[in-house]
Amino acid sequence: MIERMSVAVGARGWLGRWRAENQGLIEEWRRSLYRFRQSRLSVLGVAIIIFLLFVAFTGRYWVPYPDDAGFTTHVEIRLQGPSRDNLFGTDEYGRDVFTRTVWATQTSLIAGTLIVLLGGSIGIVLGGIAGYFGGRVNEVIMRLTDIMLAMPGIFLALAITAALGPSILHAMLALSITWWPGYCRLVQAQVLSIREEDYVEAARGIGASRPRIIFNHILPNCLSAIMVKASMDFGFAVLSLAALGFIGVGAQPPIPEWGAMISKGREFLPYGWWYSTFPGIAMFLTVFGFNILGDGFRDVLDPRARR
Amino acid sequence: MLRRLLLIIPVFIGLSIVTFVISHMVPGDPVRLAAGPQATAEQILKLEEEFGLDKPLPVQYLNYMRGLFKGDLGISMMNRHPVAMDLRRYFPATLELVLVSTVLGVVIGVPMAMAAAVFRDRWPDQVSRIVALSSISMPVFWLGMILQLILGMTWHLLPISGRFDPRVPFPPNVTGMLLVDSLLAADLHKFGIALKYMALPAFCQALFGIALITRLLRADILEVMERDFVIMARASGLPERVILFKYVLKNALIATVAMLGFLFGWQLSGSVMIETVFDWPGVGLYAVNSAMTLDFMPIMGITLFVGLVFTIVNLLVDISYGVIDPRIRYG
Repeated sequence: MIERMSVAVGARGWLGRWRAENQGLIEEWRRSLYRFRQSRLSVLGVAIIIFLLFVAFTGRYWVPYPDDAGFTTHVEIRLQGPSRDNLFGTDEYGRDVFTRTVWATQTSLIAGTLIVLLGGSIGIVLGGIAGYFGGRVNEVIMRLTDIMLAMPGIFLALAITAALGPSILHAMLALSITWWPGYCRLVQAQVLSIREEDYVEAARGIGASRPRIIFNHILPNCLSAIMVKASMDFGFAVLSLAALGFIGVGAQPPIPEWGAMISKGREFLPYGWWYSTFPGIAMFLTVFGFNILGDGFRDVLDPRARR
Repeated sequence: MLRRLLLIIPVFIGLSIVTFVISHMVPGDPVRLAAGPQATAEQILKLEEEFGLDKPLPVQYLNYMRGLFKGDLGISMMNRHPVAMDLRRYFPATLELVLVSTVLGVVIGVPMAMAAAVFRDRWPDQVSRIVALSSISMPVFWLGMILQLILGMTWHLLPISGRFDPRVPFPPNVTGMLLVDSLLAADLHKFGIALKYMALPAFCQALFGIALITRLLRADILEVMERDFVIMARASGLPERVILFKYVLKNALIATVAMLGFLFGWQLSGSVMIETVFDWPGVGLYAVNSAMTLDFMPIMGITLFVGLVFTIVNLLVDISYGVIDPRIRYG
């Protein structure tokens, strides 16, 4: 304790101060990073994700036919197989499937992030409140969670998107609504055990306010569990959004989105295999990347699974 | 146990409120849609009256609940069928698909988990890990289409869609599950047909279960293997085979059984996609068709029904969990 305080005094600037205050945390992260790098599969996951991020955010500047991401038609080259001009072939309007597949990466990554962020924050806030305050508040929130968990997600999401009208925004909203209960239950359980820890008791004794205790002392200690779940969830969020797109209640034309593209390509399957195949491969790669990353995260952060 | 059973009631009421609220926030006008583009204002009013849509929302909800207790889930606005009747017709198809895929998941997943645990960190472990991770990353609707293209359209090995050969009459209806019905009728030919139609959808549906069981069971087997009684058995000179099957597997399987309820719910969700791809006439396809036409009585009925089925299955799993592991029952 004395050592930590002297470091805190000696450090300069907010970064130094932050470092000094969170020495233990930084040390823990450093060890985790080391363990993470030991697993070849996780490193492959990181590589895939970096590649995807690159494709998603620079794609629009180097795709061969940027106009094909919208409503354009080149009837003379409709449904052509892969060639040098159109690496992944063309669709029913003669648009370049390669361009649209690359473009859709951005759609999916942003949508997946928003779903996990929105669903996750609702769940974290509700779970935090339920776990910290306990009693009747806890009962009400957790019973609501039970009810939401009792409904298989896609059916609920389907009902919500159908009610709101098919669009990618509504699909994202619907998925976020079905997504939060998992986080709520996770955070509630974590908070329940953490709030009895000595350091929380100490903070309370000094007279720290409730929000301060929740946000500065309890939630940061739930972070690793939340991170594991979020990284495992991201792939599922991308898949679910594509599933809604495939059914027809998600992304609407002309937005390039993998699920919607696969669904459209289904009509031309016997003689236009490339139309559905390439978006599917791109989606598989994305979800696979995030899943092996999540698997690696879990190995690092969850001691029980580390064997 | 009774307490768990009673918990179904609030969950059911909660489910009904949630589904009711969702299906009544429809900004599109389902009545206008159902009445058709040429409908006059008078016809629309009459239709609204017929479905009780002119009453205030709480009254509508109470009417709906009153119907529920009589097993009445309302009437579809599109085809005028009672929703309960349609559900009874479509659910066996979904249940059959889910049950077969669960069995597939166990039959493939358990040996894979055992191989992975026994040959830990060697190639069977690596292979099973990659197979499991790829299976959960696979967009099943896409995989289904690719399999249709290769196995169905190119090689003509398997039928690509539907539940049964349209040229052959169905086996006599007992359970509504074609595999069971054809066996009951002792009709192996029809059983074979039903099995052929089942193959692709069940395989796609099973992938997630295979992956889940493989990963979970592997970790549990490894954990049980380090327990004292296993070391004791090994020290007593019992053959490895006996240790694995008689002592380790039995203890390790408990968590897997507990997870079957979750898997069931997951596969019910998955049926939405699988049934769309394979044109499988079950609850999932029914839900999609109703959602596309904003037919909200079926949407409500399906969500409620599926939620209830899921809750009951979870309860059954919890009970069987206590039967398998007496420590939980008496603990």
